Amino acid sequence: MGENLSGKAVIAGIGATRFGALPGRTTISMNVEAIRKALNDAGIEKDVVDALYVKCPTSRFEMMYGQKIAEAIGLQPRIGGVWDSGGSSNVIMISQAIMAIEAGQCEIAVVTFADNPKTGSAASYSQPRGDDALYGWFAVLSSYAMIARRHMGELGTPREALGAVAVAARRHGAQNPNAQLRKPLALDEYMDMPPMVAPFCRDDCTLVSDGAAAVVVMSTERARKMGVPKPVPVLGFGFGQTSWDVTQRPDMTSTQAKVAGETALKMAGLKPKDMDVAQIYDCFTITALMTLEDYGFAKKGQIADFVKGGNIEIGGELPMNTSGGLLSETGMPGMQLIHEGVRQMRGEAALQVKGAKHCIISDQGGVMHTHAALILGQ
Amino acid sequence: MNTTVQTASKPKATLPGPDINEVSKPYWDALKKGKLTFQHCRKCGNNWLPARGECPKCLEADWAWHDASGKAKLISWVVFHRAFHPAFEDRLPYNVTVVELAEGPRMITNIVIEDAEKLVIDQPLTFMPAEEQGHGIARFRPV
Repeated sequence: MGENLSGKAVIAGIGATRFGALPGRTTISMNVEAIRKALNDAGIEKDVVDALYVKCPTSRFEMMYGQKIAEAIGLQPRIGGVWDSGGSSNVIMISQAIMAIEAGQCEIAVVTFADNPKTGSAASYSQPRGDDALYGWFAVLSSYAMIARRHMGELGTPREALGAVAVAARRHGAQNPNAQLRKPLALDEYMDMPPMVAPFCRDDCTLVSDGAAAVVVMSTERARKMGVPKPVPVLGFGFGQTSWDVTQRPDMTSTQAKVAGETALKMAGLKPKDMDVAQIYDCFTITALMTLEDYGFAKKGQIADFVKGGNIEIGGELPMNTSGGLLSETGMPGMQLIHEGVRQMRGEAALQVKGAKHCIISDQGGVMHTHAALILGQ
Repeated sequence: MNTTVQTASKPKATLPGPDINEVSKPYWDALKKGKLTFQHCRKCGNNWLPARGECPKCLEADWAWHDASGKAKLISWVVFHRAFHPAFEDRLPYNVTVVELAEGPRMITNIVIEDAEKLVIDQPLTFMPAEEQGHGIARFRPV
């Protein structure tokens, strides 16, 4: 058992492009803009950065993409490259950076992501799954819908619970000037939506978005010495993975977010009830419901009671995805959730949860294959 | 209403075929003859699909193809109301289902049923050989 790294490092700065359709922008250009803004936010020059962790664009994998970003910002990092565990990559890269800093392998890390599936190619979301095109088995959303149906059938989860996640995201996103989709959604409207891949309708599904977002990570001590204006301490992180494809997964109704959440909470010395606000990966509504269950906010099969009546909206017991999440702010895989967690801990979110001291953030990748939890404090 | 038993009406709308290689060829050959098979590990007794060179439980490569009984249960299903490929445009709505064979392996299939919203988790099913684009495939129907 190594040293507990809780509170040893901070997110020193955040920066992002606009979200939505950004025609003509390359992912490299968007990454550079996000990095420039994150460095400005941290109040540091790029020359002190000695680590660069990059999530490759989902829509187009490229060899040595991390080095292309390093070249574009004129940086010779000691450590870095591309990490691929899908949408869990951003939290994992932040955690890896903290571990590398504590091991003395680097001092100041930039973690960044960009993609342009909206104006570029969104084909990666609709391709056939494995060998099963002959059966009509297409698209990422269908695998999540498969999990949702099992959750509904085995545990009795009503469609209203899925709807509560969409309604909360859309209510919050409507009040975020930077959100891509700012149209609120009533539960009645959701229930009346025609199915797309049943049990999912359109409003269960992530947005498809162009954009980039980056963060700067350094030790708490270094941030103090450098006079970083608004550092946010990382209190805990944890990971978990299920490598079986959805069709092979013996248990479809729980995920390794349980291990990720338990590890992060233990590291932080906190419990689910200590969380004042949550940013939960909501690529599809079922993902957020199952993550909340796996994190211990509700017993398995009782999530419908937890999310109903505005309990996960601003003013509720656990305001969730307070800038709109993947369903309303941007479909970007996860970094926007980390940014909103940072704003909540700084007390400067557009929909600020008053007095919030702890925020739990989840990222996940594949079809609930890879999970990462991050706990921020003050 | 559900038209999953029809074959694609647009010849130009060719679906991507399965990856038929040295390991998986016997599976597709058997399906073409209307037989559903799975891999059985001679070392540890594990049964699995889809085809792999090594047992995912004990990692040994000592396995054989066995005939499935055709009995299965329904794990979960979705109903496509949108086609992600032109070959399925005139079949909407259609279901795609995960089933677990009595012998253990799980696989993707279609259930031959008029209204897929009437299906129930864990309900018993039985194998029905079918053909799609010249390949044998395995569909199931409620018992």
